[in-house]
Amino acid sequence: MRNYALLLGTAALMSIGQAALAQDVANTDAAYSEDGRYYNDEDIPTFNINDEGAVDWLTYSGFRRYHSECHVCHGPEGEGSSYAPALKNSALEMDYYDFVDVVVNGRQRINAAENSVMPSFGDNPNVMCYLDDIYVYLRARGVEAVPRGRPGAKEAKSDVIREDENACLG
Amino acid sequence: MRKTKYLAAALLLSSTVTASANEELMSMMDDPNQWVIQTGDYANQRYSELDQINKDNVGDLQVAWTFSTGVLRGHEGSPLVIGDVMYVHTPFPNIVYALDLTQEGKIIWKYEPKQDPDVIPVMCCDTVNRGVAYADGKIFLHQADTTVVALNAETGAVEWSVMNGDASVGETNTATVLPVGDKVIVGISGGEFGVRGSVTAYSIADGSQVWRAYSMGPDSDILVDPEMTTHLGEPVGVDSGLNTWEGDQWKIGGGTTWGWYSYDPDENLVYYGTGNPSTWNPAQRPGDNRWSMTIMARDADTGMAKWFYQMTPHDEWDFDGINEMILTDQEIDGVERKLLTHFDRNGLGYTLDRITGELLVAEKFDPAVNWTTGVDMDPNSDTYGRPAVVAEYSTEQNGEDVNSTGICPAALGSKDQQPAAYSPETQLFYVPTNHVCMDYEPFRVSYTAGQPYVGATLAMYPAPDSHGGMGNFIAWDNTKGEIAWSLPEQFSVWSGPLATAGDVVFYGTLEGYLKAVDSNTGEELYRFKTASGIIGNVMTYTHDDKQYIAILSGIGGWAGIGLAAGLTNPNDGLGAVGGYAALSDYTALGGQMTVFALPD
Repeated sequence: MRNYALLLGTAALMSIGQAALAQDVANTDAAYSEDGRYYNDEDIPTFNINDEGAVDWLTYSGFRRYHSECHVCHGPEGEGSSYAPALKNSALEMDYYDFVDVVVNGRQRINAAENSVMPSFGDNPNVMCYLDDIYVYLRARGVEAVPRGRPGAKEAKSDVIREDENACLG
Repeated sequence: MRKTKYLAAALLLSSTVTASANEELMSMMDDPNQWVIQTGDYANQRYSELDQINKDNVGDLQVAWTFSTGVLRGHEGSPLVIGDVMYVHTPFPNIVYALDLTQEGKIIWKYEPKQDPDVIPVMCCDTVNRGVAYADGKIFLHQADTTVVALNAETGAVEWSVMNGDASVGETNTATVLPVGDKVIVGISGGEFGVRGSVTAYSIADGSQVWRAYSMGPDSDILVDPEMTTHLGEPVGVDSGLNTWEGDQWKIGGGTTWGWYSYDPDENLVYYGTGNPSTWNPAQRPGDNRWSMTIMARDADTGMAKWFYQMTPHDEWDFDGINEMILTDQEIDGVERKLLTHFDRNGLGYTLDRITGELLVAEKFDPAVNWTTGVDMDPNSDTYGRPAVVAEYSTEQNGEDVNSTGICPAALGSKDQQPAAYSPETQLFYVPTNHVCMDYEPFRVSYTAGQPYVGATLAMYPAPDSHGGMGNFIAWDNTKGEIAWSLPEQFSVWSGPLATAGDVVFYGTLEGYLKAVDSNTGEELYRFKTASGIIGNVMTYTHDDKQYIAILSGIGGWAGIGLAAGLTNPNDGLGAVGGYAALSDYTALGGQMTVFALPD
């Protein structure tokens, strides 16, 4: 619980100041890694594909969680549905903090032409504990670093990721 | 004019004698000039005696008029025609229009409920609604937020409304309702949110609750008599809805009731099916999970169950059992019997005796089905009535966090809710099917009220080693359990067909075609591409002695989610990615009714 409360606070704070800074060019290159998680040079989570073609654990985990929690509206592999946007593009067009903000708080577009509602997932551990996983998976999809379908080879789950997951799920 | 008077007389009559609603409605169902219930009749046959449009002239069919619903999302169900008035519904926000057929569809009244938009994202798989019902001078609408509302058929005024569920815990509605006698019977959605399914009867007169039967839980909740209620001829026994679950999982056990309902007036029995047990991860719910995945026969007045048949004990694939039950009187094995035929998501076509619940036929209606080798039909066997599960495709046996591959059908089933039709002339069932397979990986999830409770990752793709399409439109012989003919379709067929005495069967396709085929041979006789993809059901009526065919277009629903971007087969390797058709290359959102007729 502590982990995502912290994340939530950060997101709310940052989204005010940095909303205008959405990158024109997706900065998806991994600059460094920590305990099996990868980050770009702006300390934003990103995916990684190693020399053997294996994806990082979070990208694989994000594939699974996306297809459990997001797929029923946003279609397979972030491709979008008849009514919900293709998140593989949203994850590139929105900056990380805006992305987190929409997932945590939801958003509505209700007017004469649209009845679109993104629910708030802030209370849902199946989403909140895997937010970075889903984000990096969608970024990987967005730049087509990972093709449609199930990722093939993957890195092992690190002990830290496992411990964090257990702590978050409670 | 004749019909207007008839309607007025009916309204007058029924408003004073509520108990006659049943007879009134049944006599209206017998009149092929009207279409007074979504399913065509209580037997769910979707068959019309009209034959002005027939196999010799259907090729001349033309668009007579159209109507935009003003709503963009998936349009399921169909209009009703009561006398000279057509009633058209929409997905969320669930608008109802009453159109005057004597004035070229002029709008008599429009009803638009105010609903909290928070219900939208808790509707699994789009904001569809499968239409309104009529009885006793009232139009019944079951809204997305589970408000059941009775509207005055002449004015649109709200006569009563009642809340059937709680959208904040994921209880929603997509289904139509079934008026029977002096009651209206309603179901509930939300199996992907851990909702415990139920069926509830409300008084047609004032909306007061008469009975409610849950799909699982104590006997007093599920309305069974442990000695009298049977499963395959044996008493269900005490606590059948509890002792097939571990701990309190039954409280969030699914078994929702969002499909079609049918009714046998002679037996006074209502028939319907229950949905998947929740979650989709079978390891989290040991046991048979009764009475999810079950065909139910209940007394319309009390809700008491006469018999159950659980098709898929301990579901491992999300094969909801909610598809329609089609009631026919046919000869089988030389004996005339009252039958119930059901095409399940699990890919098996079942034929049962609808009085006793005896299982007569259970055969695959898509040859691709591979998760089972078949159902044990030996009444003396310990596994009588159970499907034999193939270990390779068992997500339970393969375990959590293991990806089971190549399972046919996919979770959307060999057929979803899109209702089949039956022609008493050909004695064939016309079945819209999905030809899609999947990989399925279950994993542990935790339950939060009002949040998705799924617990599996799925990948879907067209059935391998077949015609490459994702659907078939088939004719089925329910006494033999055999496919008579099968038409390959590029996409799943997600439209409820209409069979007519003109030897024609009509159905819609996801690209947006309305098609007419010969009911004996399947030969295509006519096609017209409507404004958007079709997931609605075909209906027919007459006005001024002229026959019309009407269909709602408006892509969406499960099909609009799964197929919009096209499917890929992860097992085909990279070369095949994008090799399958994407629905978004053929059609876009748009709610429109198209009405067809022969040229004057």
